[in-house]
Amino acid sequence: MPDAPMTYQIGASVKRREDLRFLTGKGNYTDDINRPGQLYAYLLRSPMAHAEIVSIDTTAAKAMAGVRAVFTGADMAADGVGGLPCGWQIHSKDGSPMVEPPHPALAVGRVRHVGDTVAVVIADTLAQAKDAAEALEVEYKALSAVATTTEATVDGAPLVWEDAKNNICYDWHIGDKAAVDAAFASAAQVATIDLVNNRLIPNAMEPRAALGDFNPATGEHTLITTSQNPHVIRLLMGAFVLKIPEHKLRVLAPDVGGGFGSKIYHYAEEAICTWAAAKLKRPVKWTAERTESFMTDAHGRDHVTHAELAMDAEGRFLALRVSTLANMGAYLSTFAPAVPTYLYATLLAGVYKTPAIYAEVKAVFTNTTPVDAYRGAGRPEATFLLERLVDEAARVSGIDRAEIRRRNFIPADAYPYQTPVALQYDSGDYAGCLDAALKAADYDGFAARKAASEAAGKLRGIGLSTYLEACGIAPSAVVGSLGARAGLFEVGKIRVHPTGSVTVFTGTHSHGQGHETTFAQVVADALGVGIDSVEIVHGDTANVPFGMGTYGSRSLAVGGSAIVKACDKIIAKARKIAAHLLEAAESDIEFKDGLFKVAGTDRQKSLPEISLAAYVPHNYPIDELEPGLEETAFYDPKNFTYPGGTHICEVEVDPETGVTKVVKFTAVDDVGRVINPMIVEGQIHGGVAQGIGQALLEQCVYDDSGQLLTGSMMDYCMPRADDLPSFHVENHTTLCTHNPLGVKGCGEVGAIGSPPAVMNAVVDALKGYGVTHMDMPATPEKVWRAIQAGTRS
Amino acid sequence: MYAFTYQKPKTVAEAAAALAADGDAKVVSGGQTLIPTLKQRLAAPSALVDLGSIEGLAGITVAGDTVTIGAMTKHAAVAHSAEVQGAIPALAALAEGIGDPQVRNRGTIGGSIANHDPAADYPAGCLGLGATIVTSKRELSADDFFTGMFSTALEDDELVTAVRFPKPKRAAYAKFPNPASRYAIVGVFVADTASGIRVAVTGAGGGVFRATELEAALTAKGFAAGSLDGVTVSSDGLNSDIHASAEYRAHLITVMAKRAVAAAG
Repeated sequence: MPDAPMTYQIGASVKRREDLRFLTGKGNYTDDINRPGQLYAYLLRSPMAHAEIVSIDTTAAKAMAGVRAVFTGADMAADGVGGLPCGWQIHSKDGSPMVEPPHPALAVGRVRHVGDTVAVVIADTLAQAKDAAEALEVEYKALSAVATTTEATVDGAPLVWEDAKNNICYDWHIGDKAAVDAAFASAAQVATIDLVNNRLIPNAMEPRAALGDFNPATGEHTLITTSQNPHVIRLLMGAFVLKIPEHKLRVLAPDVGGGFGSKIYHYAEEAICTWAAAKLKRPVKWTAERTESFMTDAHGRDHVTHAELAMDAEGRFLALRVSTLANMGAYLSTFAPAVPTYLYATLLAGVYKTPAIYAEVKAVFTNTTPVDAYRGAGRPEATFLLERLVDEAARVSGIDRAEIRRRNFIPADAYPYQTPVALQYDSGDYAGCLDAALKAADYDGFAARKAASEAAGKLRGIGLSTYLEACGIAPSAVVGSLGARAGLFEVGKIRVHPTGSVTVFTGTHSHGQGHETTFAQVVADALGVGIDSVEIVHGDTANVPFGMGTYGSRSLAVGGSAIVKACDKIIAKARKIAAHLLEAAESDIEFKDGLFKVAGTDRQKSLPEISLAAYVPHNYPIDELEPGLEETAFYDPKNFTYPGGTHICEVEVDPETGVTKVVKFTAVDDVGRVINPMIVEGQIHGGVAQGIGQALLEQCVYDDSGQLLTGSMMDYCMPRADDLPSFHVENHTTLCTHNPLGVKGCGEVGAIGSPPAVMNAVVDALKGYGVTHMDMPATPEKVWRAIQAGTRS
Repeated sequence: MYAFTYQKPKTVAEAAAALAADGDAKVVSGGQTLIPTLKQRLAAPSALVDLGSIEGLAGITVAGDTVTIGAMTKHAAVAHSAEVQGAIPALAALAEGIGDPQVRNRGTIGGSIANHDPAADYPAGCLGLGATIVTSKRELSADDFFTGMFSTALEDDELVTAVRFPKPKRAAYAKFPNPASRYAIVGVFVADTASGIRVAVTGAGGGVFRATELEAALTAKGFAAGSLDGVTVSSDGLNSDIHASAEYRAHLITVMAKRAVAAAG
């Protein structure tokens, strides 16, 4: 067989193979799946932010047409159903563990946020379930509620949990306080900032859904759910909530329409549907309506921070001191405690060689929806704080904003670089990213563009963000020492079929990321097979070995590495088979582009020839080697990966109305090796769009009584195409040094880097009015008021 | 959605009779407000009276200086009508800015004005142009038709059948949309008409209203944006919500009015 020239897939913008089914309505989402005899669940949710449940009378509801069951928290408790567990334990400064309140799937005795689950009605049709829910008679005794982060810790504030004094879940810190205090004492100048990182509501396109089923003949429970990590759900729900052993619980996450973090967590409805299906011996389906998504999907961000940066006379950073209040909501969602601690404060060095950093974080309970990781999870909060503070440092010191950053960058030859807040960066080139971005954004031409805007009656501003993030989570032992109750390895399994096509099983999960394409590119190159011969399977605990799922931009860096390791095992075994078939020494077999060749000869075997031999082992080293060609690898990362880059934003402000428009956006990102440039660019686009959304449009608002005022798209403003300019996106690559592909992660960088670039541009546009800071989102009225309050200089 | 009976009359008279017979019946035309309301169980009408099968309720005619638009005419039809674009381009532009393409291809002018959402666009066009609302019983001036938030002069068994717009000398509509819903936070329709200068405001108050301060200034100083310099609108009685305070809305009324005047030329 002649050597065909191999077309390498890595680095090619292969069109997304999954898009044909997504764009032609052939996706298979949880709500598309119906099982024979299926019933429908409807959740009665609390209309109050905080109340005692005095009584629930289900009599009338149970008697209504089509109603099969009405369950309350008491019913679940009577069955021994456990609460929803929290996956991360944080300890306070004094060594005490965080306050970890119970989290029943259906409320017991008290509701603690609007949307809290009170009862479930299960009926033949959804309409019947809704009718019956209206017939439920619930007597509430209203209690005072606390809805905002800052009010939670005030003495006398209503307590969400009696044992959380001043509503504090934990009071945590990191860094060297004494060194920081000493540096401040000798600082030539100090920049100070107070800011809020606005609370966001994720709004994946597909609302959450769950379909529980039970087979009485086999004792097998099945949950089909909108999850980013079906194995994690199986573990949490099986072990802690319903006490079902893994071999009798199958969790499937089929096509999932977006997650952004909100579909990591184990939610009450998953447990309710699985439990009720077993009780009723009928499949039970629940699908969220959009309003339920607003009320019950874990929210994001919601920090209130005071920070100070000490500098010497030349603007070199000496020390950073940060104090943050972080809102947990009413219950601890699965990974909530980790977000404002190990995913936030460890990022406070950013791209700067600040030698001393101290941060303290108080997490607080409020009568609001639980808050957890949302695209970026802690790193956007750290980046927003740091990059706003650095702009303030530039203002205080009178140093140009690009120059002060450059002056404080960790130099490109300093790797590995140990920060004062636990992380060790492996690679990066921050000055290179900045230079590329300044050039691409025509930074030098800004003055002319500003003049043109002003001639048209508009204010124009430009803002920089030189960000870094830590993703590819994470080394299991490290996170374990920091309180994680799980490992964060990943699994990959490669099955080479007898005729040489390949099925890849991954523990990660694709819900918009394009794994079916990217991973196939990786495997095609590793095994030297055509991409069309590779199929990616995920989202089914019965088919895929135990993996941890997709979040924290980990899928390629961790899951892809596991796949590469499994490919290596395939090649190693195939090499032995080839040596046997070619009657050569194993050490003489060279593998390249799918062919196993005896070095220096033209004798070779292709992978399909070898796989056929492996499954039809007539001529096979059967005494030394098992038949078959299937390998599994678990990969535990050695470190986080550290993408970084520079985002530059230009805004135009209409001073008459306060409307701010992003008119130019440049992103130069170092995400490590790029497997599929088109997919990476798409990820950056999406992340930047969400970041601009946070900066200008999105804001979750509760009133003082804990009512959610932004409970629909009518009031919660998601970014739309006409809110955004065309983005200029470039890669400036340094390779990750500790994973086999050299990849870093691109899923979250857009949402991490962009908000401060936008807000720095807004502040720059308004500086003539004496504006030095503005909290997000920069809504038209907020901007207009700042202009009204300011005096034009 | 709660259960209701569904009726599809063939004539206006049948529809009116159905409404007269059942005080809890609701009219559905394009359904762009009513259907979502029903789906959220926020309304429980006993019956829906669907106007979709009544002939002659949709259509646009231009005769002399009058543009007549049938009540069941969809927003997209108005937006894309060469006749409307020629006679009252501001009205076509207003229709093109309502909601999104799906809404514009289902929603109707009659439904919009009969609903009188305080942030809807059409009421501003009707009041600004001094339109005549033709109903199953009578003709009403826009000034008399819109009576307050979600309320009109329509009687329970009375239907809008058409709207007659007099062609203005010049007119324009300037909308400051709510960034989330894209409804008007403030929408100002200005028109220089045979019967004088009219300025109608939607989104800012409890219903569409005329900004008499602005009308007076434009009448006194001429139909030019500069005539509104320094003219303020009182924030008393204006809406205040998480998107915009009354004070900001008052400010925006003048800004949008100036922009509309400038656009009208």
